[in-house]
Amino acid sequence: MKRFIERIIESLLTVSGGITSVAILLIIIFLFKEGIGLFGSPTVEKGYSLCVHSTNRVSSLTVKEIKRVFDGEITSWETLGGADEEIMPFRFETVFSRYSDEELGENYRLLTDKLGQLIGDHPNIIAFLPQQFVPVDVPGVKVLAEKHVSVADFFGGNEWMPTATPSPLFGVVPLIVGTLIVSIVAILIALPLGLGVAIYLSELAGERTRKWMKPAIELLAGIPSVVYGFFGLVALVPVVQQTLRLPVGETAFTGSLLLAIMALPTIITVAEDAMRNTPRTVREASLALGATNWQTIYKVVIPYSASGISAAVVLGIGRATGETMAVLMVTGNAAVMPRSLFDAVRTIPATIAAELGEAPAGGAHYQALFLLGCILFVITMIVSVSAEMIAKKQQKQQKGQ
Amino acid sequence: MNNHKKRSERIAFMLFRTLGLLVVLILFWILGFIVYHGIGAISWEFLTTGPADGMTSGGIFPAIVGTLCLVAGSILFAFPLGVMSAVYTNEYAGNSWVVRFVRVMTNNLSSIPSIVFGLFGMALFVRALGFGDSILAGSLTLGLLVLPLVIRTTEEALKAVPYSYRTGSLALGATKLQTIRRIILPAALPNITTGLILSIGRISGETAPILFTVAAYFLPKLPNSIFDQVMALPYHLYVIATSGTDVEASRPVAYGTALTLILIVLLMNLLAAFLRKYFGKNVKHN
Repeated sequence: MKRFIERIIESLLTVSGGITSVAILLIIIFLFKEGIGLFGSPTVEKGYSLCVHSTNRVSSLTVKEIKRVFDGEITSWETLGGADEEIMPFRFETVFSRYSDEELGENYRLLTDKLGQLIGDHPNIIAFLPQQFVPVDVPGVKVLAEKHVSVADFFGGNEWMPTATPSPLFGVVPLIVGTLIVSIVAILIALPLGLGVAIYLSELAGERTRKWMKPAIELLAGIPSVVYGFFGLVALVPVVQQTLRLPVGETAFTGSLLLAIMALPTIITVAEDAMRNTPRTVREASLALGATNWQTIYKVVIPYSASGISAAVVLGIGRATGETMAVLMVTGNAAVMPRSLFDAVRTIPATIAAELGEAPAGGAHYQALFLLGCILFVITMIVSVSAEMIAKKQQKQQKGQ
Repeated sequence: MNNHKKRSERIAFMLFRTLGLLVVLILFWILGFIVYHGIGAISWEFLTTGPADGMTSGGIFPAIVGTLCLVAGSILFAFPLGVMSAVYTNEYAGNSWVVRFVRVMTNNLSSIPSIVFGLFGMALFVRALGFGDSILAGSLTLGLLVLPLVIRTTEEALKAVPYSYRTGSLALGATKLQTIRRIILPAALPNITTGLILSIGRISGETAPILFTVAAYFLPKLPNSIFDQVMALPYHLYVIATSGTDVEASRPVAYGTALTLILIVLLMNLLAAFLRKYFGKNVKHN
């Protein structure tokens, strides 16, 4: 009996050993299942269709073309491969100002017929209609072929307008650029600072300084990111705005500064550990050859701990790209292509946090946000695996000596 | 030549000292700024009453209760699982490829950004399992997020138990499970507790995972069951700092909330450091 219970407990332990793998597997399944769904969803807003006159030669339009037609940027059917006629865009909402309630009948019974008539009367019309009111099988009306959001639209598009009608744009390039700018500049700021502090802590500081400074730096890592974001909003944003004389202080640069502060503890601790792992014999050999302390540091200690330092950099980048709340609060949240470092930007995690609450569950916007999550997941996996490989290299190197 | 070497050394060292000082200054700037502005807002009343006048006055009591619920829920989920997982990898699995694989996975899980946990929690717990926006969904999401931390600290605690304890116990005829339950876990308990406290600090500050799984902007009453929504401290700070009815007027409340969050983290860190030191001494005495 006792053995039996032990067996049960032991198998329970075995099962829980796999919990993290199961968690990752589930994350992958749910993230990608929702995300990939975007490529099956129509380019036009869900539940709507585009109709033209049956004599129109155009039979389908790309997302961009639809947007530019309804924004008034394309005005002639010729540009789209049709006749040389002016396009007449028609949005469903305007039907109510065109016809009175009596004309539309009780419960809009006659609405579909009226729309059929309208399209039939105007050969140059393009109408954006809810599917339940689309005049089907009416002579003179042609429904444009439904297209699906393509991989190229998503990864190659440079406009992110997820709530635009009639066709939302899911171009992820501005978000990726924003994320890259903010995190790369953050690392460029944090790296020299962090390395300097790591050198100070491992080589110069006395035992007593180290004893209080390391926990203090670890504490810096423990402060919640939303507090950093709040601090950035009330302290850093005005400082950046005033010193650089910018119209607004919420810029990519502000985000980078804040992220640099947040990434510092990671960089310092990992780099310092790597430097302290340099064997004493190596240091002493260098000093015995007449090198000064400083020469020993930058010609012996730093090259020796190079892989540890690169692991610190990689981990810092990982932390910076995934950071959500702090960046969301200080970068100004404009999902457009930034022209300079001092423009407002929107990073991938910030976009998810800001928009998921408003995106109807299961819709194209919702799926697009999950796809952003997939991108983030893949980036951090690459970062984490490469940090691990670097660390392994370091172990091997140290064993060899 | 010698002079030149000395001079560049002096310049470099001065630079590094300045950098060290700078980082410390940044730390004190952040802490000082929040404490300076927040200390006036915090009072007994602030901690024990609900928000009033569209979040511009009143306290943060419901948010504190919400955060406590979430901490309790996620620890109940993550702590037993994490400890069991660590016991398995450290005591049973040896050094096989299984263990290496599990370690890599644990590392990977810890590197996933918190917003991705939020997405995942929304897809699985809120929608697929139908929990809705609830304490249950939020706690499970936060629990998954903190799982790697629990596993790693427990593993380190188990590794710190001397090998002789194990062989001694086994030599006396105890089974492996008895050894773990009666010898190894009690010996590792202080360090495991330290990990637990650090996890609590981490959970209480996370915002992104609870955005879409549990957090509510304002609730007039406290939660009744695990299927209720709650307010939470970090989310409360986020909304009143960025999108309240009157952002400027609610600044004092925001500073007070930020200070409360920092104090929680500070307290947890100090407690963990104290435990480590206290039990560290005890072990040496033995």
